[in-house]
Formats: sequence, structure tokens, C-alpha cells
Amino acid sequence: MAVEIPVEKWAGKVREVTIGATASEGGTRSKTVTVGGESTLPFLQFEGQLPHRPVIAVEIHDAEPTDWSPTLLGALGDVVKDPAAWAKKAEEWGADLIFMRLVSTNPDGENRKPEAAAEVVKSVLKAVGLPLIVYGGAGIEHNPDVLVKVAQATEGERLVLGPAEDKNYRTIVAGCLAHGHIVSAFTPMDLNLAKQLNILVSDVGLSPDRIIVDPNTGALGYGLEYCVSVIERLRLSALQGDSMTQMPIISLAGEESWRTKESKVSEGVPEAWGDFAELGLIWETTTATTLLHSGADIVTLRHPKSVALIKSVIDKLGKGA
Amino acid sequence: MALSGLEIYKNLPKTNCKECGFPTCLAFAMKLAAKGVELSACPYVSEAAKQALEAAAAPPIRLVTIGADSRKIEVGNEVVLFRHEKTFYHQPGIVVRVKDTEPADQIAKTAKEVGGYSVERVGLQLTLDGIAIENTSGDPAKFAAAVKAVKDTATVPLILMSQDPKAMEAALEVAKDGKPLIYAATSQNWQEMAGLAKKYSAPLAVYSKDGLDQLAELTKNIAGAGVADLMLDPGARGMLDSLQMMTQLRRLALKKNFRALGYPIITFPGEGVDSLEEEAATAAQHVAKYAGVIVLNSFNPAVAYPLLTERLNLFTDPQKPIQVEPKLYAIGEANEKSPLLVTTNFSLTYFSVAGEVENSRIPAWLLVTDAEGMSVLTAWAAGKFDAEKIAKAVKSSGVEQKVPHKKIIIPGYVATLSGELEEELPGWDILVGTREAVDIPAYLRSAWSA
Ligand code: B12
Ligand code: SF4
Repeated sequence: MAVEIPVEKWAGKVREVTIGATASEGGTRSKTVTVGGESTLPFLQFEGQLPHRPVIAVEIHDAEPTDWSPTLLGALGDVVKDPAAWAKKAEEWGADLIFMRLVSTNPDGENRKPEAAAEVVKSVLKAVGLPLIVYGGAGIEHNPDVLVKVAQATEGERLVLGPAEDKNYRTIVAGCLAHGHIVSAFTPMDLNLAKQLNILVSDVGLSPDRIIVDPNTGALGYGLEYCVSVIERLRLSALQGDSMTQMPIISLAGEESWRTKESKVSEGVPEAWGDFAELGLIWETTTATTLLHSGADIVTLRHPKSVALIKSVIDKLGKGA
Repeated sequence: MALSGLEIYKNLPKTNCKECGFPTCLAFAMKLAAKGVELSACPYVSEAAKQALEAAAAPPIRLVTIGADSRKIEVGNEVVLFRHEKTFYHQPGIVVRVKDTEPADQIAKTAKEVGGYSVERVGLQLTLDGIAIENTSGDPAKFAAAVKAVKDTATVPLILMSQDPKAMEAALEVAKDGKPLIYAATSQNWQEMAGLAKKYSAPLAVYSKDGLDQLAELTKNIAGAGVADLMLDPGARGMLDSLQMMTQLRRLALKKNFRALGYPIITFPGEGVDSLEEEAATAAQHVAKYAGVIVLNSFNPAVAYPLLTERLNLFTDPQKPIQVEPKLYAIGEANEKSPLLVTTNFSLTYFSVAGEVENSRIPAWLLVTDAEGMSVLTAWAAGKFDAEKIAKAVKSSGVEQKVPHKKIIIPGYVATLSGELEEELPGWDILVGTREAVDIPAYLRSAWSA
């Protein structure tokens, strides 16, 4: 019995965005990373082109994390005290990118000044050859000041800077425009809001191949289903040809999954949860795997073992493409 | 797949005799399409037309049931490729495999663990669904004994795995009351296996690794032999092959209404992988992308819990967040000195907070407002959890009579509400609690003095 496989003819494809710049391109990275370009749904090689596999951005902080799970701190060891050393380790584990959260700039916390934060970013750039994604940690009001300083201090490196939100995108986008960076446009889990922000950012003059979409992440058990649906809808819309949804997508799987109770506990763990170290790890990898299948092009991760596992997942799903 | 009124009309007598209670055959057809009347109301539909209509109205993916008692696995009958298009209806069964070469006490131990496994999440008890027993030994008696060992320890749906019809019959004799899934019919044994499926009225999985053409050929033959409840194993192993093949199967069923492959799929994520974590990731893929039954190689709660959670998430109706009733809840023996906390009626939120309040061992009142099933910040951003709504809940719940202390603890994330709330609730003290629920016990212990 001859079976004819249904193949979709998609009208559009995801834009290619290249992160990082080598010396010849005006930066100092030893390599660049290109994401996007898909002309079909995730990993469906029988149907379309998947020129770039999804990539892993290993998350580091610019200050030692105080409230991270013991599982995580145990696996990371002393490097968490030094962002540059941490980034080097991430490179060893096989990171494609570094995702750096500038938590120290939070006015309710350490309140590190933008100039000082930018220095830390520079120290990381010096330590590794990987391209960087830098996220503010100072809140919607103060992030622009921080990110603009970082943008200036890293002129030409083609970093991804974010999150740019509807209330603060102008300054951040201006910083990216002036200093040759890419913006990550964040919206709270809504296709139309994501599209709207992409239009606003483009209107300021940033070309669409310098926009990454962050549609917000919900971890396993904490909003994953909403996140899956918004990513799937974004991707379908992109493939159907809507140009303002064709930006590659980033999901912060590491940050969100390690915030959950299931990955934070180490005492009083219910028997039905099993070994807590294993659980935290699988919470993160299940979140990441599900998001990759929805259409995430970049996933952030924290645990070195998750990095290894998700790398092999991506290798297996991307082989041959 | 639902039929349109016109498609139904084509199969009616078109005499407009009105005996069905409708003025015309067309009017009857329209009502039938809207599921407002039964086909049997027309006495004149021919047998052939009846069959054609029933076949066309059958779901594109057959609903298959494994098991006979209350713990059944029901899978199939899905109507969309993406959950946002409507919803996913029948969550995949997650089962654990044992081998008949394992010692009997080991088999019984696994059966007990799997059958008894239950984990609480948002007020629901999540459980594993069954046990697959594999005839690794090749010996029918050993196989039957292993099935008995499982059956005697756990009352869960079973999957019997053997390609030898003799061994299968021996196992079915033991498990026959439970409508186990027979795995599997192949191009070699399908006639005997179909015979067994009929004899024991059990569902039958069909295996072929030689492509979908072969698989469709087999299911057609077996369906022709009178076995309707089938499942598919297209033989794909590993993440890429299984994703592509399972997507193709789902699309064939939904988009082409391709009956010969319109059955739920059984998967073995642990076959051909290098580690437990990789098996878990593959299983996670299968939950999201189209499995009907997932057979894990071993029992491990640190794998089961995330998979059950993923399944719960993805199979939640996108239109309806899981909610609790908005009202005043007493946690422990709450009295007039107990603290009063306020939160929203999103299940995840309620159970996170209630669980931590319980952990604090300080009896308390928890006032749950009607925020249309949204989390604290989502509801706040959507205007469903504001000072006015909280004040209204305080007044309508009767909590004022219960706590003369007039102190209310609000979630830390909505600290900004405290000013307005003071205005809405004159005479009340508004206390700002912690942001995360985990910190509630410490907070209550240090901050609560009524
Ligand atoms: C899933 C989600 C959604 C889902 C809804 C899920 C639901 N049923 O509520 C969807 C996609 C529908 C959604 C929609 C929106 N969302 Co939303 N969403 C989220 C997300 C990812 C997770 C929310 C969640 O489930 N949290 C888990 C629950 C358990 O948390 P919680 O209720 O806050 O409870 C915790 C604490 O507050 C505490 N707690 C709770 N009660 C109490 C009580 C006391 C006394 C104490 C001490 C503690 C306490 O304990 C809990 C565990 O720690 C968050 C971002 C994130 N990652 O957190 C954004 C988020 C909440 N959403 C946001 C927004 C803006 C929206 C929208 C308004 C966007 C829009 N314009 O469309 C809409 C509004 C809905 C609408 N108009 O219909 C924003 C809110 C921003 C802000 N700070 O105001 C967030 C924070 C995202 C962001 N960073 O911008 N969202
Ligand atoms: S009873 Fe049957 S034939 Fe008569 S009007 Fe109704 S549908 Fe038509």
C-alpha cells in the first residue's frame, strides 16, 4: 500500500542572525554563531531546510549566586566566584554561546554601576572566544542605562543585548544601533505582543536580522505549556510568511527551571521525587528538550551535565541536516 | 472527523418524508452534523449508507483502550497537531518494562513500585499507567510466570511483549481479564496474533520497521481479519527518526484521514540510547510529539515525575487553566489568632502557597480570590488581582468575623498593592509577604505575632 507522506509547502522561513564578530568583522570573537534559517518546523528534515542547528548558551552571572540550588553550586564549584573563569569553563563544556545575566546591577541588591558592570563583561570577552548574550538584571527601568554602557564598551562585538521590553526598548535599541549589536526583544508570552515589539524595534531602524525574540519562558510545571504554545504559534506564523515573526527565538530554560521548587530542594524531598540531584537535572533537560521541539533556536542552560546531554540531543536531532 | 451536513445529506434517501421529525432530509442532515440528533431517527437509511456514514464520522485516530478496570489507558482520538489549535485530549500512557529473565522477586518489586507510584502536583495525584512484560527468555512458561508475578502484585494495565504466538497465548491465559495490549503483530505472525486479539478481545500493536507502506499493508490485513483496536510501532528508534515518523503518522491521520495508519503509537525511548538521561529526553520528546504509549526501560521517580508533569502541562486545555474554587480555606486548625494570607485561584499558585503554609506548621487562613485561574503576577498584570478585588473577597468571604486582628498578608510580588489596599480596607494592616512561597515558613515564624 503506497503511503504518500504529507509535506507542507511553507511560504516563509526564519531569518538568519549571526551573533559575535571576529577580528576581521570588527570584534574579537574567535568564531561567530549563526542561528535561524529554518524553512520547516524543528528538525523535520524530510520537509525543509535546517541550515543551523539550535545552540546552547551557558548561563553565567556577573556576581556569585547566593540562592542557587546546592546541586548546581556543587557541580559548578569555585568558578561561580569569577565570571571570566566561569565563562572559560562553559566553553570547555561545549557551550556555543555565553549567556551572562548582570544580576549585580540590581538597585535592590549590590547596585553595581553600569560602568563597573561593563568592565565585567569585558573581562569575560577577554577570557573566551565565544560570542555573548548579555541580559540586564536591574529591572525594566534601569536596564537601559546598564545595557547602553555595555554596548559602548563592547563596540563592534555583535553581542545580543536584552531584555528590551515595550516600556524601555528605545534606549536599548539605540545602543545596539550605535555600537553594532543585536537586541533581544522580550514580551510576556503573547504572539501579538511579540510581533508588535518586533515592529516597534524595526521602526527605530534596527534591521530585522539583528533581532532575537524572547517570548518569555515557563519551566516544566511552571507555565511550560503556555511557552510551548507561544513558540509554536510564532514559528508557524514565521513559516506562513509573516516577516515580523521570523526572528530566531531564545528560551531561558536554565534560569526558569532552576528557579522551581523541584530543582531547588535538597532536604525533605518527597520520596516520589526520587534523587534530588537527578531530578534537578532532568527538570532542566526536559524543559529544554520540550522547548527545542517547539522551535527555540537558542536555549540557555546552567548545569554542565545538562549542557552535555542537550548537546547530544541537538546532535542527534540535527544529524544529516 | 466531523462530517458536514451536505456530506451526510448525500447518503440520505432524499424523499423528505418527515418521519424523522424534520421537514426535509437536508434539515435532518444539518441537525445530524451538529450532533443534535441520532442517525437512527431516520428509518429509511440503507445499511450501506449507514456504514459509510459511521466510517466517515469515526475519529481519524482510533481511540484504543488498554486494561479493564478503573486504571485504563485510553489513547488516540486526537484532532490537532498543536495544542493551541484546540487541545490534546488523551495523554500518553507511561509504562515501565520488565523482562521475564529477571528473578521473580525483582519483577514483583518493580511491579509494586510502578503500580504504587503516585506523586502529588497541583492537588492531583499523578501516576504511572502500567507495566510491559517482555518475553526475553523465549520460553512461554517463563513468560506466563512473569505476567503472573506482575498481575499478583499490581492492578495496572499490562502490555505483553512477544512475537511468538504460543508464548503470547500462555501469557494471555494469565492476563485475559485485564484486556492487555498484545505487542506485537508482524508480517510473520499477524494471522495468529489477530486470532489471539479476537479470542481475548484485547488490543493489538502492529510492528513493522520496513516503512509506512508495509505497516499500512499489515494494519489493513489485520483490520480485515476483524481486529479494530490497533496500535502502531513504526520501528523508528532514536530521536530524529521517531520525531519524523511520528509527525508523518499524525499528519497522515489528521490531514489525509488515512485510516490504515489512524491508530495511536507505542514507543520505546530507551532502545538505542546511551544513558538514563537520554532515555528521559527521548521520552519527553514523545510526550510532546505524538506518542500514545511510552514504554520506559526502568522505574526511576526522578524520571517519572518530570515526564508526568510534562504530560500534565501539555495535555491541559489551553482555554482552561487548572483552577481551585475561590473561597476562604483553613489550613490546619486555624482560629482567630491565625495569620491570614491572600492569593489567586490558579491551582499552581494555590497549591504552592498552601503547601508551604502547611510546612510552616502554623495554622492559617488562606483567602483565595477569583482571578480567573491566573497566577499572581499574570492576574495582577491583567487587572484581575487588584486592591479592589482583594477587598471584595475579604468582605464577601466572612473572614472579618474570623480574624479580629485585621491583618492580611499579600504576596511579595504585588507589594505595590499595599497602599491602595489600605484605602480599600480601612482599619486593616497590610503586611507584605515573601515573593516566593518557599520562604513563607521562615516568614511566618519570624513575622507572625497577632
Ligand atoms: C504562564 C504565564 C502566563 C500565562 C497564564 C498562566 C496563568 N494561568 O496564570 C499566560 C500566557 C496566559 C499569561 C498571560 C499574560 N501575562 Co504572564 N506569565 C506567565 C509566567 C511565565 C509564569 C506565571 C506562573 O505560572 N507562575 C507560577 C505561579 C505559581 O506563581 P505565582 O502565582 O506568582 O505564585 C508564586 C508567588 O507569587 C508566591 N505567592 C503566591 N501567592 C502568595 C501569597 C502570599 C501571601 C505570599 C507570601 C506568596 C505568594 O508563591 C508562588 C510560588 O513561589 C510569568 C513569568 C514567569 N516566568 O514567572 C508571566 C508574567 C506573570 N506574565 C506577565 C504578563 C504581563 C502577562 C500579560 C498581561 C501579557 C499580555 N498583555 O497579554 C497576560 C495577562 C493575561 C491576560 N490578559 O489574559 C508578566 C507580569 C509582569 C509584571 N511584573 O507585572 C510576567 C511576570 C512576565 C514578565 N516578566 O513580564 N502569562
Ligand atoms: S426520515 Fe429520513 S427520509 Fe424521511 S425526511 Fe427524515 S431523513 Fe429524509
